[in-house]
Amino acid sequence: MPGSSDPGFDTLAVHAGAAPDPATGARAVPIHLTTSFVFENSEHAASLFNMERSGHVYSRISNPTNAVLEERIAALEGGVGAIATASGQAALHLAICTLAGAGAHIVSSSALYGGSHNLLHYTLTRFGISTTFVKPGDIDGWRAAIRPETRLLFGETLGNPGLDVLDIPTVATLAHDNGLPLLVDSTFTTPWLMKPFEHGADLVFHSATKFLSGHGTVVGGVLVDSGQFDWSAAHAGSGRFAELAKPYDGFHGMVFSEESSVGAFLLRARREGLRDFGACMSPHTAWLVLQGVETLPLRMARHVENAHAVVDFLAAQPMVESVAHPRLQSHPDHKLAARLLPRGAGAVFSFNLRGSREQGRAFIEALKIFSHLANVGDCRSLVIHPASTTHFRMDDAALAQAGITAGTIRLSIGLEDPADLIDDLKRALGAAKRAA
Amino acid sequence: MDLLLQRPDGPRHVYAYTGGKPFDPQRPAIVFLHGALLDHSVWTLLARWFAHHGHAVLAPDLPGHARSRGAALTSVEALADWLIALLDAAGIDRAALIGHSMGSLIALETTARAPQRVTHLAMLGTAYPMTVSTALLDTARDAPLRAIDMVNAYSHSTFAAKPAFPGPGTWTHGAARALMRRVQASQRDCNLYLRDFEVCNNYRNGLVAAGAVACPVDFVLGAKDQMTAPRQATELAAALKARVTTIDAGHALMEEAPDAVLAALRAALARPPLDAVPSAERATA
Repeated sequence: MPGSSDPGFDTLAVHAGAAPDPATGARAVPIHLTTSFVFENSEHAASLFNMERSGHVYSRISNPTNAVLEERIAALEGGVGAIATASGQAALHLAICTLAGAGAHIVSSSALYGGSHNLLHYTLTRFGISTTFVKPGDIDGWRAAIRPETRLLFGETLGNPGLDVLDIPTVATLAHDNGLPLLVDSTFTTPWLMKPFEHGADLVFHSATKFLSGHGTVVGGVLVDSGQFDWSAAHAGSGRFAELAKPYDGFHGMVFSEESSVGAFLLRARREGLRDFGACMSPHTAWLVLQGVETLPLRMARHVENAHAVVDFLAAQPMVESVAHPRLQSHPDHKLAARLLPRGAGAVFSFNLRGSREQGRAFIEALKIFSHLANVGDCRSLVIHPASTTHFRMDDAALAQAGITAGTIRLSIGLEDPADLIDDLKRALGAAKRAA
Repeated sequence: MDLLLQRPDGPRHVYAYTGGKPFDPQRPAIVFLHGALLDHSVWTLLARWFAHHGHAVLAPDLPGHARSRGAALTSVEALADWLIALLDAAGIDRAALIGHSMGSLIALETTARAPQRVTHLAMLGTAYPMTVSTALLDTARDAPLRAIDMVNAYSHSTFAAKPAFPGPGTWTHGAARALMRRVQASQRDCNLYLRDFEVCNNYRNGLVAAGAVACPVDFVLGAKDQMTAPRQATELAAALKARVTTIDAGHALMEEAPDAVLAALRAALARPPLDAVPSAERATA
């Protein structure tokens, strides 16, 4: 029921969290490039530090420009709030380290962005946090992997790079039955394609670098809380999440779940994670991401429309062995995608080229509109070879578990004329054929 | 903190937030009372401020709401009796009562029933009678989650409440929605939203109660309130000889304008109580 008091998605994308600046009347969101904010007096300072009053103290913890972005993404996701971070990786790290410490365990989908896999498989183990990887569709595998020390389940809405669709309702139910939250990386889908909270996810993060900002200009992340997970109840049942349900010596003995019944996670993440790890977003970055978010509905519709045209073209080419997009009936998650992603399963996907490694190289080097680089979600179309770039640290077994082969090529479909993209791909496929 | 009230129908557990400080009944006491389908967490900024400025603070979850177990009560009068029992259990002789919406009616009725125990009465986002429309009652009965969305839409006046409650980065619409859903789910024995609305709708003793109130009374109203519009409080304010402060906010005024509400409540509690306690024991607020 869109209206002035119950706004729809497109209205929230432009207005949520922002109002004309009371000091200047500026209609666009001002960029508050300041480290710090003046206190009215000593009492005001003390009450801000002690969370007796709301406001900004220091831009590592919060900033007015960042706050607009945080509120806007939370509004679009249907969450209670958000925290802007220095990158998507910082958002993932902040989520994990708010809930887990040495000895803790994570159950994760194996179909992950290579950077997330690095963090979980290599880096966090050095800090005593271990991860069991399971195929996203293996529900029995998820169930079997849960241990008493498990602190969260984690997956991507669309697994990278095979576009495995995470069955969020089923995995979320499994998580909740075990007193655990489900964290979802929603970078590929954005809230325009799917709102994971509506399907049971508890926490969502984005690499805002991708579709949210949408222009390949900034690196940033956003972590959003649904407010749905009852940390106190989970603590009472299992002893987990004392970080949120028991006094925290690092912040005046605060019990975060008492301070905010539905925002405890974000309070701790901001008051500890941003404060101590410090991976905050620059206000200038927040402003650039906001520019992207304001046109997110328009851009996502075009990204998906173009992607469908390219998928259909590639699927009909003899040089193409397979196309991994849930739009196609051949994709194992075609039906699940139709249920969870009725607007489309995104604009980033992979396909397998027939032929040799040299033919793959000839294909990529013949492209003129597609840019060969390590990013997705740009307004420009992009191409990359995962086995030699984003996933190069994975051994063959891990690659196979993630659905990647030496011939896999990943595309991120931009906003160009679809006929031009198809012409570019035709030319590159011809080059690959001639390189045989 | 957790309290156990001895009631005619048996002991009753109550959770009350104390503002981040141990509760000390020797200090001037304030009790904050939340509205329908909410809990103590709508008060945390204000409660923390007063707790760290010389007061003993209790912000209970009302019976059957969130952390306070047991059945929800069915009338303002029953909730007033419950509140008097809560004061007894906490060792509070006299307290300032601050209530929002449904909580404001509980505060009023309690003040009327035990005027000697109330130093100040502050009613936020209030109206009398607090009539709930038939359409909303029907929706709360048949589709409570939809009723939550309706009330949430009408309780907020802006897409950009600054500073956000309880802190920057909070989407207040989403936080209120999640809280109401959480509280509704916490009560499995009844449709709590419908019951709370009926508590508001059925209260008819307001003007009589006003005649028994002896302490200073403040109304803090949201100029853009679409749930309890300021004009709906006029008659009761006159009966109570209340000082009325109107702030730029909707019904969810603690979330939308926490600093303005704090200023209004500091002014309210700075008024000398009718039967003043010795000055040495007074709050510094």
